[in-house]
Amino acid sequence: MNEVLLKVDDVRKEFPTSSKEVVQAVAGVSLEVRKGETLGLVGETGCGKSSLARCMAHLYDVTSGSVWFEGRDITKLSRKAMRPLRRDVQVIFQDPYGSLNPRRRVGSIIGDPFSIHNIASGNERKKKVQELMELVGLNPEHYNRFPAEFSGGQRQRIGVARALALRPKLVICDEPVSALDVSIQAQIINLLSDLQQEFDLTYVFISHDLSVVRHVSDRIAVMYLGKIVELAPTGELFGQTRHPYTRALLSALPVADPDTADSREQIILGGDIPSATNPPAGCRFHTRCPKARLDCAAEEPVLEPVLDDRPEHRTACFYPLTVGEDLSTAVPDLRAS
Amino acid sequence: MALLEVRDLRVSFDTPDGTVRAVRGLSFDVEAGQTLAVVGESGSGKSVATQTITGLTRGATVSGTAYFDGTDLITADQATLRRLRGARIGMIFQDPLSSLHPQYRIGWQIVEMIRAHDLEISKQAARKRAAELLTLVGIPRAAERIDDYPHQFSGGMRQRVMIAMAMALDPALLIADEPTTALDVTVQAQVLNVMRRLQEQFGTAIILITHDLGVVAEMADDVVVMYAGAVMERAPRRDIFYRNHHPYTQGLLASLPARSGDRLTPIAGAPPSLISLPKGCPFAARCPHVFDKCSEPPPLTDVGGDPRHQSACWLPHNVNEAVAS
Repeated sequence: MNEVLLKVDDVRKEFPTSSKEVVQAVAGVSLEVRKGETLGLVGETGCGKSSLARCMAHLYDVTSGSVWFEGRDITKLSRKAMRPLRRDVQVIFQDPYGSLNPRRRVGSIIGDPFSIHNIASGNERKKKVQELMELVGLNPEHYNRFPAEFSGGQRQRIGVARALALRPKLVICDEPVSALDVSIQAQIINLLSDLQQEFDLTYVFISHDLSVVRHVSDRIAVMYLGKIVELAPTGELFGQTRHPYTRALLSALPVADPDTADSREQIILGGDIPSATNPPAGCRFHTRCPKARLDCAAEEPVLEPVLDDRPEHRTACFYPLTVGEDLSTAVPDLRAS
Repeated sequence: MALLEVRDLRVSFDTPDGTVRAVRGLSFDVEAGQTLAVVGESGSGKSVATQTITGLTRGATVSGTAYFDGTDLITADQATLRRLRGARIGMIFQDPLSSLHPQYRIGWQIVEMIRAHDLEISKQAARKRAAELLTLVGIPRAAERIDDYPHQFSGGMRQRVMIAMAMALDPALLIADEPTTALDVTVQAQVLNVMRRLQEQFGTAIILITHDLGVVAEMADDVVVMYAGAVMERAPRRDIFYRNHHPYTQGLLASLPARSGDRLTPIAGAPPSLISLPKGCPFAARCPHVFDKCSEPPPLTDVGGDPRHQSACWLPHNVNEAVAS
């Protein structure tokens, strides 16, 4: 469990915009993914979670920093040199409609990895594809159907089958259930967890939905504007929330329980997420943080254990929350003393 | 009498593949000042139903009645509907960007909308009202931002603009179709808060269409659970969560990650095609409790003798009072 499979070290990913500005999608993230675990990446639109995941999978070249897979620096690998590694790192995308070519039959979509890596062809390939279809709960007889003949949940199963074809070590799941209805979502989550056990897979699981991330993850990294603000084992993140943003995110999540919904004090953050082309100085969350103080605007907090947390639990905040602290009554104070 | 009374609404569309029966005999009431949540998954008919009530489903075959303040919206002519829409019935949709015209300043769009219904009001007065509305929905520096274009606003702010527009003429009913689905969770909390505040202030009734049971628990007074174009269960909010009867309601709740332990309990299978629906209960094929009787369509009948709580299921209606999960 403790062996590091993938490591990103101070990774930055910037995108130029038409107006000569730069979007800092990922602004210096260091993170380890351990063998056999599910690491959740959670955050709102534009927090950089998908960009980070794409840097991990080498779908993006990083602007700076490095990416290591099984102890080897893969940051600068050429397409060709990267190719064998592609077998080991696969991605499942959000949109089961957009990620499957509508003009190709399902059998050939799932069989692609076998052809690309020259592993199997002809009848052998067909046999392998049908085994995969069965594995993910699709009817192998539907080998010759087109994606349009499948429902959203079944299409996501096709995406899962394709990702697993080459028995990868790491699977990056980028919002894999966000486009699905809740009853179908649960089917796919269960499927992913069965497959993880069966094939000893490591997942990076990206979602904006905290309740889904909580369910699947061993550890969770909460991102805000290109930075990790808190990283902790799942139980601690929820039981011992340190970062005000994490708390606000948890609090904003609607709970399907009227008693809880009626009794809790919701923390409603003011304002919008600032632009990633011109992020706030200091702590990037200080413009919306109920606990913000003057130094939050001046200096950037480091992601490290705070209060009496163990090294596993790291928070980037000068004024971390104590257990039971009431954030709903906190007022920011950004005046110079 | 309720503000809106929908009875036996049926909506179908003719397509090259056959007739899609999107809504099949839907009845519900919306009381003044209350929130009715209509919950269901893709294809349950929840959006089609409200679009039909407001005259927005062109080319559909429609039957049934929908009395709003004494007017049947189903048989009303376009002129009557136009007069009601906007003025008495406000609407907000999932995607505010496609509901706002990209080439007009938002202030202009709100003023247009006010003046289309209020022929007396001057441009200046309408503009002042527009600025007030933007303040009301929590847009900072409303007096300046009134001259901005839709693209200059964030998603959450655009949805606030939509709410401002929908509330401009103090409607009796606000239809909100997945109003926060496209928004981030912290922004969703803000927008739901605005809706709650306006409802308290103006006594507006809300039909909230959503797939999110969390949003239902936060916002609803009453809940209608739809599946395959029909009502499976209807009840006051707490009954839906704590004393639900229909296996579909139970299945939805059990599918939620927050409610389960190590392993989720999904509903097996997928919803039926609306072109070739089964003769009996539409949920039968996925139902863990299915039995012979389910081949006949179950009527909506009272649960535990309470007329406000109804379930369309053949299972006994008095014994099963356990919480779903």
